[in-house]
Amino acid sequence: MPVDPTWVGKPFPYPMSYIVGVEKIRNFAEAIGDDNPIYWDREAARAAGHADLVAPPTFGVSIITRAQDEVLFNPALGLDYSRVVHGDQRFVLRRPIVAGDELFCTFFVDSVRMVQGNEFLGLRTEMADPVGEPVGTVFGTLVVRGPDK
Amino acid sequence: MTLVPPFESVAVGDVLAPITQTIDRARLVRYAGASSDFNKIHWSESAAAAVGLPGILAHGMLNMALAGRVVTDWVKDPGAVREFGTRFTRPVYVPDDAEGATVEFTGVVSALDPEARTAKVDVTAKFNGQTILGRARATVQLS
Repeated sequence: MPVDPTWVGKPFPYPMSYIVGVEKIRNFAEAIGDDNPIYWDREAARAAGHADLVAPPTFGVSIITRAQDEVLFNPALGLDYSRVVHGDQRFVLRRPIVAGDELFCTFFVDSVRMVQGNEFLGLRTEMADPVGEPVGTVFGTLVVRGPDK
Repeated sequence: MTLVPPFESVAVGDVLAPITQTIDRARLVRYAGASSDFNKIHWSESAAAAVGLPGILAHGMLNMALAGRVVTDWVKDPGAVREFGTRFTRPVYVPDDAEGATVEFTGVVSALDPEARTAKVDVTAKFNGQTILGRARATVQLS
């Protein structure tokens, strides 16, 4: 079943904020085997001009998970997740994300297009602080493989 | 005090220090927890087989995160990374053994913007001699 095209372009603001945690940053750094002091040592991060530990460049994927899954796993969207392949991903930041940041996510399906029997979904999540100031954008493309021939 | 290299010290063609990373099953579990990506195809043989995969594969986002290390090792302060994107072109299959999968990452400065004092860095990731990421590119704010 193809994805419902009427969902394209609609904002899906997720009601719960994501609060960036010191230990979550350290866990992420540990998972990628990175001992960069800016991920571990709060004093080092402050000495480099940050309010607290800095999140790794792809950490945004954790921040947006709930906001994105809420829509992607809604059966009404019609996405068959068992046939999904991750096509691409891009993070754009207006400023570094640091521990203590409270971020609100608004998720969008930007586009749905059919290419050679596969469906390409362009996804976007806007991250903003509690006063609505934009912090960054996470873009992704999911490819839904067409039926096996 | 900034740790980031000054714009004037960087030239197009500069080669960044390469890194070699081992991805084993333990790392997949750790990354799943750290990133909240609990897709079963990254830890369950039966779930992977059910969707036609020949084995357990690493999260594309883990491969991307490791690629990012080439950039952050270079700029020292990860807060300097303004943009980072990639396409996922080939999977990395991770055997259930002590060796896991070995991926090699290299990076080169591909463009400079004197007005913004930014650099673009292209990262190449290779597994079994083949690239696994396409157009992996970061923009960093130099000092």
